Amino acid sequence: MPFDPIAQALSALNKLAGNELVHRLGIYEPAQKFAYRATRGGFRAASTLGRQFKAASKLVKAERVAPTGSQSDLFDLSITEEQQMVQDMVRRFASDVMVPAAAAADEALGAPEDFRAHFAELGLYAFAVPEGLGGAASEGALMTQVLMIEELCRGDMGLAVSALAPIAVANALCRWGSAEQQARYLAPFAEDKPPLSALAVSEPRPAFDARELRTRARIDGDGFVLHGEKSLVPLVDEAEFYLVAADLVGRGPQLFLVEAAAAGLTLQPRPAMGLRAAGLGALRFDGVRLPADALLGGDVGVVDYTRFLDHCALAWSAAAVGTSQAVLDYVIPYVNERKAFGEPVSHRQSVAFMVANIGIELEGMRLLTYRAAARAERGMDFHREAYLAQLLAADKGMQIGTDGVQLLGGHGFTKEHPAERWYRDLRAVAIADGGLMV
Amino acid sequence: MYLELPKKLQALVDQGHAVANEVFRPISRKYDLAEHQYPKELDMLAAVLDGMNAGDAESGAGAGALEQKKKKERREGVRNGGNMATVLGLLELCWGDVGLALTIPRQGLGNAALSAVANEEQLKRFAGKWAAMAITEPGAGSDSAAIRTTAVRDGDHYVLNGEKIFVTAGERADCVVVWASLDPSQGRAAIKSFVVEHGTEGMRVERLEHKLGIKASDTATLVFSDCRVPKENLLGSPEIDTQKGFGGVMQTFDNTRPVVAAMGVGVARAALERARELLRAEGYRADYDRAVFNTSAVEAELYRMEADLEAARLLTIKAAFMADNGTPNSMEASMAKAKAGRTANSVTLRCAEICSTLGYDEGELLEKWARDSKILDIFEGTQQIQQLIVARRLLGLSSTQLR
Repeated sequence: MPFDPIAQALSALNKLAGNELVHRLGIYEPAQKFAYRATRGGFRAASTLGRQFKAASKLVKAERVAPTGSQSDLFDLSITEEQQMVQDMVRRFASDVMVPAAAAADEALGAPEDFRAHFAELGLYAFAVPEGLGGAASEGALMTQVLMIEELCRGDMGLAVSALAPIAVANALCRWGSAEQQARYLAPFAEDKPPLSALAVSEPRPAFDARELRTRARIDGDGFVLHGEKSLVPLVDEAEFYLVAADLVGRGPQLFLVEAAAAGLTLQPRPAMGLRAAGLGALRFDGVRLPADALLGGDVGVVDYTRFLDHCALAWSAAAVGTSQAVLDYVIPYVNERKAFGEPVSHRQSVAFMVANIGIELEGMRLLTYRAAARAERGMDFHREAYLAQLLAADKGMQIGTDGVQLLGGHGFTKEHPAERWYRDLRAVAIADGGLMV
Repeated sequence: MYLELPKKLQALVDQGHAVANEVFRPISRKYDLAEHQYPKELDMLAAVLDGMNAGDAESGAGAGALEQKKKKERREGVRNGGNMATVLGLLELCWGDVGLALTIPRQGLGNAALSAVANEEQLKRFAGKWAAMAITEPGAGSDSAAIRTTAVRDGDHYVLNGEKIFVTAGERADCVVVWASLDPSQGRAAIKSFVVEHGTEGMRVERLEHKLGIKASDTATLVFSDCRVPKENLLGSPEIDTQKGFGGVMQTFDNTRPVVAAMGVGVARAALERARELLRAEGYRADYDRAVFNTSAVEAELYRMEADLEAARLLTIKAAFMADNGTPNSMEASMAKAKAGRTANSVTLRCAEICSTLGYDEGELLEKWARDSKILDIFEGTQQIQQLIVARRLLGLSSTQLR
């Protein structure tokens, strides 16, 4: 198919121009600029591709995003113009679309019908798809994604996970997928309706460590057979395919692409304490037979599993930062307005200091997350940084979650306020492996 | 976005580390035991540091290299300048010894005040002098607006009367920056700072404190009785401006708090590194290769301390980065000081604890660091004062609403 960038850009702009949501949010301006940016690589994959996950066209070689090359080596906290644009856009989307929908989605155990469609219209899936496949993933996309996760989770962590779960899969495909796998599974992410998909890493047992998996794959003929159970899988009964972490006997942890229709795969919605809008559940593999090319990367050793977990840790750190920011944003006006003993409770040091500590620890979490992300983006080792970022985000995030409820007193314990939901959501950060990934 | 240290400051960090390792560490215990004895080894070091600071305005190692905000010209792009250099330099020096770092000639907190608020003429006149800082009084600690020391104009002089305590390097420094009120009835706005040189009639060192830690650094009580100071020694405006109020003198803290925060990061890193080393010999690895709840309690503790320390370090560098780039940083400076102060104290104490008797007896420096660190959560504004400042900013409350 001949590729005409101008026609593609015009068509994308037209789509945005007619989108009511974009106008209602007042993000037409940034979205317009972004549309140009997103389409400059063109949508090569035809929409006729359909959802049979058949590669429409063979890629000669897999598309990868190169790490950001040499830049200034100064300590620098500023973000790029594009990142600013995305941050503004997602912040508006979070406050205008997610915040009002969050409580009901938590109750309903799923995002409202049109939520993911609205999110897809922002075009942000493009950041996980390489330019060669019609996306906008480029240098700097990793930090952009971190900022995006932060803002979405400031809106609502459950809804954010439901929107971001497929992006996590796309990121893994972009990073490690073979040419064949990218053409089949990654290219559709640049279409109107990105395929619903999710990472499946956690397993239901105490003191679970994602480095020691009990879900096992063994080589069988020219394919694999999978046995085991996964938990905390987002979009469990909606996903069209999953990316499953399993121990390949004798070769250590690997990632496998498993389509939802695979024989021997059963699923069970299993709502949790929090992240309820993400549609969490369990997957069971009873001798699920997979073809040889279900192994991500096409061969053992392509996927760097430790690196994969690091990318997940980074995403969850960003999520904790976003939701903790939501707590801070909420408690400030509350303690200033709530009166006791004749004055606002914020005039008491025991209350005010709790707010100060939320601010202090939150900023620390944010800086650890950004440092790890910046290292990852430049192709530097970031294992230690991601590990520490998630640990801090889990510990301090939970403290912020519990302080958020405490500051509202009995009111914080009721569903009249979102503090109790943030309390439940922030507990996930220490537990979650997979689900989110940058 | 990039949160690594720039290459251009690496040489400074390496120098600071070398000084800490080669000069401070070998004499660390000696001057901890010999309180009030001047560490004469530092004279040589001070000369070396002067040379370093003179060479490049952007790469001083001591507090004296802090820059004046108002002198900064606008430049394109971001800047990693004098504030960051000072913070990184002190961090390394305090990895060696906080007490010794505080008693390096010509690198006092008074020098930071001079850098921040002195005019051109004063900078020239006090160049090369070691300046201490005298704020606290027997009846006024954190509440610095309540100071009772007075300064009364008399012709070409101000006459100072009062008592200052806890003056770091108060005996050894060449001069002292003294906070005094022109008119106690007018509150904060009337508080001004004055440079008083040692040997000025009417100023005397009353006593030296015996302390929990940082014993290498002298902590003096100074008494002023009809001490006459030239009027040109007043820093900043002599007018009592109730609008601007305290601003001038408080401005110093925006620059010095990240420096004290950096000291905390330095000493905590020393303790954590040493504890890791000792524990590694016993088979505790902490290599970030297992889930934190799947490791030993000791390793989990090491991870958590490291994460807190990293947060303190980045908050500190951020505050300095903002100062270098002319961005108001009062809240961030206090955030850094609050986080670093409490982290320094908890990490050093915890490291002493998990190393058992090795951490507690004088065979190791761990017990010393655990004593030294406590001051970092107190001076230049206590933990609680930092929280108060951060809380007021976040909540948008005044000092009368949130007291």
